Amino acid sequence: MATAREIQKRIRSVKNIAQITRALEAVSASRVRRAQARVLASRAFAEKAWEILLNVQSAGKSGPVLHPLLEERAEVRNLMVVLITSDRGLAGAFNTNIIRVASRFADRMGKPVQFVTIGRKGRDSLVRAGRNVVAEFTGIPSEPSISDIAPATRLAIDSFLSGEVDDVFIAYTDFVNTLTQRPVVLGWLPLIPHTIDDQVVSEYVKDVPVVSNTVAIYEYEPSPEAILQEIVPRFTELQLYQALLESQASEHSARMVAMRNASENASQLVGDLTLEYNKARQAAITAEILDIVGGTEALQSSVDKAADIIEQAMLAR
Amino acid sequence: MPIHVELVTQERKVFDEPEADMVLIPAVEGEMGVLPHHAPVLTTLGFGELVVRKGDREERFAIYGGVVDVRPDKVVVLADLAESSFAIDLERIDAARESARRMLEQGVPETENREAALALRRAELGLRIHRRLQNRGPVMRIIEDEEA
Repeated sequence: MATAREIQKRIRSVKNIAQITRALEAVSASRVRRAQARVLASRAFAEKAWEILLNVQSAGKSGPVLHPLLEERAEVRNLMVVLITSDRGLAGAFNTNIIRVASRFADRMGKPVQFVTIGRKGRDSLVRAGRNVVAEFTGIPSEPSISDIAPATRLAIDSFLSGEVDDVFIAYTDFVNTLTQRPVVLGWLPLIPHTIDDQVVSEYVKDVPVVSNTVAIYEYEPSPEAILQEIVPRFTELQLYQALLESQASEHSARMVAMRNASENASQLVGDLTLEYNKARQAAITAEILDIVGGTEALQSSVDKAADIIEQAMLAR
Repeated sequence: MPIHVELVTQERKVFDEPEADMVLIPAVEGEMGVLPHHAPVLTTLGFGELVVRKGDREERFAIYGGVVDVRPDKVVVLADLAESSFAIDLERIDAARESARRMLEQGVPETENREAALALRRAELGLRIHRRLQNRGPVMRIIEDEEA
């Protein structure tokens, strides 16, 4: 059994850890709120853009495809998956979950996959697994703007347009609420609702929001193509941006929950250790008392013995 | 019947006025005045000033490209960039103009060149709007408390 002093040292270090986890929890909590606010703020544009996109597309349904990013390829040979994770750990199973989903998704699709990673954790684990990572982006700020992800968007669009890949997906963690975050795969390019036959895979795939398309008869100025020219690149960019924001909100809330658990575990550990410490202290005291009692008893018996000797000597005289 | 005007950028909703009387839109093919019951139109935006009128008040925004969805009772402006004309900062504009001009002179790669040209156009529009606003004297605004 450890000595009382050793236990005391452990108690102190556990208390220090608890202080750190509690601080991290508070930081994450405030970040969750901000990240959520940004998700909501960017939703207005996305919804409207999607509505316009569908509208223009349905208006020109009979004719040729009006924008190359809207064109579905007849044969899909190569895929690209953009994996969004965090740069930092200590967020529970947040990174593990999305990496697992992305990997399984890639395996099930049964086609060559190029990975693009945003976030260090995803990069590290995909590289370790020997996957084909063609580009990686790290150091995304905690309050990102559209321009922070522009290089990643550019890369995906270029690869798609050049025919290097025929389908691009985003794997990220959807923020449902503070306790629930769902790893999902979103069909990104071409910008049309994706249909996937595989049952297992389709479980991860996020459904595209359905938009009511009430006003159908529009005039287009100068032309539907020109409008798509404006809207499509913006919307493409925005989808990745939103995925990133959702992922950040999820990351922070996952970290918040993980840190809360850690703090709770720490205070429980402190309780257990305190009990052990008290026991050890008690045991030490008991041992000391026994020592003293034993000592006095030994002393007493030697005094008694001496007295006997003296008594016998006196009697013999 | 009033018009519901929304101005959104990719990152946030800039302005939302459910009861405007009139909107002036800097469409790519020229300024477009929209009153209630306008026929549905989808059009792209040029560089210019978006003006929203409500009674004797108005709100003005510098707009640098985007798309607008006009409906009989609603106008939604999807702008790449939008800033309130009243918040235009002259010093920042001068700095932007200077750096854009320098970049153009130095002859940078084509992609950056385009960006510099864009920045220059943005700065010049901002400056024009700012001057015009100052010449017009005080304006009654729709948004009463200015965040800036």
